Amino acid sequence: MNATEFVYLTMGVALVVYALSAGADFGAGVWDLLSRTVEQRKALEKAIAPIWEANHVWLIFIIVVMFTAFPKAFALLSIAFHVPLTFVLIGIVLRGAAFVFRSYGLVAEGTRARFGRVFAWASALTPICLGWVLGGMSSGAIVVRGEVVESGYLAGWTTPYAMAVGGFALVLFALLAAVYMTVETDGEVREWFRQRAIACELLAAPVALVTYLLAPAALVAGGIPAQALTAGAACVTVAALWRRRFAVARAAVIAQVALIVIDFGLAMRGDFVLGVVGVANSGTQAPTLPLLIAITLGGSVLLVPSMIALYRQFKSAESPSPSRPS
Amino acid sequence: MDLLAARGQMAMSLGFHILFAVAGIAMPVLMAVAEWRHLKTGDAMYLELAKRWARGTAILFAVGAVSGTVLSFELGLLWPTFMRHAGPIIGMPFSLEGFAFFLEAIFIGIYLYGWNRMRPRLHLWAGVVVALCGALSGIFVVAVNAWMNAPTGFTLVDGQLTDIHPLQVFASPAFPSQALHMTFAAYAAIGFLAAGIHAWALLRTPGSRFHTLALGIALGMAVVAVPLQLFTGDLAGKHIAEFQPVKLAAAERHFETRADAPITAFGLVEIPYGLSMLAYNDPHAVVRGLEDFPESDWPPITIVHVAFEIMVGCGSAMFGVVLWVIFRVVRKKKVAASRPLLWACVFAAPLGMIAIEAGWTVTEVGRQPWIIHGVMRTAEAVTPMPGLIVPFLTFSILYLVLGVIVVVLLRAHVFAAGDLG
Repeated sequence: MNATEFVYLTMGVALVVYALSAGADFGAGVWDLLSRTVEQRKALEKAIAPIWEANHVWLIFIIVVMFTAFPKAFALLSIAFHVPLTFVLIGIVLRGAAFVFRSYGLVAEGTRARFGRVFAWASALTPICLGWVLGGMSSGAIVVRGEVVESGYLAGWTTPYAMAVGGFALVLFALLAAVYMTVETDGEVREWFRQRAIACELLAAPVALVTYLLAPAALVAGGIPAQALTAGAACVTVAALWRRRFAVARAAVIAQVALIVIDFGLAMRGDFVLGVVGVANSGTQAPTLPLLIAITLGGSVLLVPSMIALYRQFKSAESPSPSRPS
Repeated sequence: MDLLAARGQMAMSLGFHILFAVAGIAMPVLMAVAEWRHLKTGDAMYLELAKRWARGTAILFAVGAVSGTVLSFELGLLWPTFMRHAGPIIGMPFSLEGFAFFLEAIFIGIYLYGWNRMRPRLHLWAGVVVALCGALSGIFVVAVNAWMNAPTGFTLVDGQLTDIHPLQVFASPAFPSQALHMTFAAYAAIGFLAAGIHAWALLRTPGSRFHTLALGIALGMAVVAVPLQLFTGDLAGKHIAEFQPVKLAAAERHFETRADAPITAFGLVEIPYGLSMLAYNDPHAVVRGLEDFPESDWPPITIVHVAFEIMVGCGSAMFGVVLWVIFRVVRKKKVAASRPLLWACVFAAPLGMIAIEAGWTVTEVGRQPWIIHGVMRTAEAVTPMPGLIVPFLTFSILYLVLGVIVVVLLRAHVFAAGDLG
């Protein structure tokens, strides 16, 4: 593995972690939108409040690594997907701002609920737009000549396949959130999330099938074995939820979503825009990459223990966790 | 037209983000100092103050984080050609910034939600890490801007940046002065903003202990930062005289190249030799005027000049208030007991933020028509995407609404503290 491939792999790892962490924070918005009781909403808020900003930084990390190591790919993506990326940004701004605005008990209950709606809707719509971008990148519909995007500003991300990826992303994120919540709640609230998690997993299967059928022929990855593995993880998730083995379900759903993202990454075969630009033709000049790798490894020495400390503090099973800052 | 919209969107996004970024740098210092005072004195009022400032920090930090995300994408969405060429160099400070910001986000979570979950000392240290990482992220981002003003670390061959040395970003001659000037600006501006808010509260509820303590810490930060700004500002002036003479000439509306150049303060008073002194520490030094440069390389002179005057004016006024504060403290009189001084703090509250906006206007508009000084013009860097007016207006409206909400929320937050006695 050369330096370029290593950086690409690092981005892949970051994407998996982003999907598993921030993805669930987006999914929490879906359940906020569909929630029936104050307890459900409070539980969701408590679960994501201390961690969502740290989770969000993975996206910035991916972007920075991309424009440092693969500036040509970054420029082309920014042009070809200007429109859906703008949607993503609006969504990120709205949900982040609305979430803090409603926290800290600063506003009256009515205003709080209105911010809650904004947070919930923006959280639910942003993953769809993110999915459009990923779908567009892997659609095979982007045409580039020289450094000019000839296929225009709507190509790729408006295909039925990209739409399906958007829907799939939403279902997976909602699934993650629901399963995580079963570990962090109890009683009726837990039961509510358990049922939704099972329903979500059952919904994920046909959506995955549709996405698969719409996918471009060029996009092939691990094939049947990988899909069997993913389906196996999904079955374990359902079974564990059914038998109320919530910690097992959480581990299984993490494996399931990680496998899907990894499979997607492998199918891209080192490209950012399938068949157009990737590791092979957009890597940067020599001294940048070793430096970037050194910074990433050095930074991880600080980052990983800090991240573990954060999660241990707020996600360890034995902590009864008071819900909001006093 | 699209270029103008792109520049408008970038300027608006930066102008919005910088207010929150500055809060992310300096607010953690206030909250950590308040908590440190609490641990030191056992005074519960300091604890309450730390918690309130922490909540303010949380809101401002979150808006800063999301508006910063917008900026990192906008680099590509608006200026893909710039990123295509500059990415491998400026990516270096940006990735360092990424880690600093990562740690800041992690420790702000630990700090905000960890009040009752960890030993007090450890909790304070979490706050210190937040403050430290905030300052570091700011410095790394400024390194990128300094590089755009005085690029280093590459050889230019046929319009391509080759033979790249990314670490040389930090060797940009603009970096030391810009980094210092921006960091102290953050402390000065937030110090004055917080002081002004609590001074206003003190005018409404005289003698309130809570607001007196808050005023003390906030003014303390301003008293340290503002005088230092005189030096860092001077450093920045010397730098642009040497490396960005067009910017200096535009800022001073200095057309004619001459020795013994005077300076016109606030468009009124002419100080002999002032400009020569400011630029070279030598009253007789020759200062190059705009006439030395082709008009196609001039930035919009009026904007840069007016912005520069505003920045210097605000800075001077803040320095005046700081002197007043020092004067009272030296004579062992209570700052909070002087209503005129409290009023001065109220009026000075927004000056630091205004100075920061004006200062960024000087450095950014003053660099035009270049996006990388002397290397790439802004017009070459812009995206081919048509209709950029649409995202420009969308983000403008979005940010306007967010800005209004933040002000309303913080207002409620601060004045809820008014009844604390």
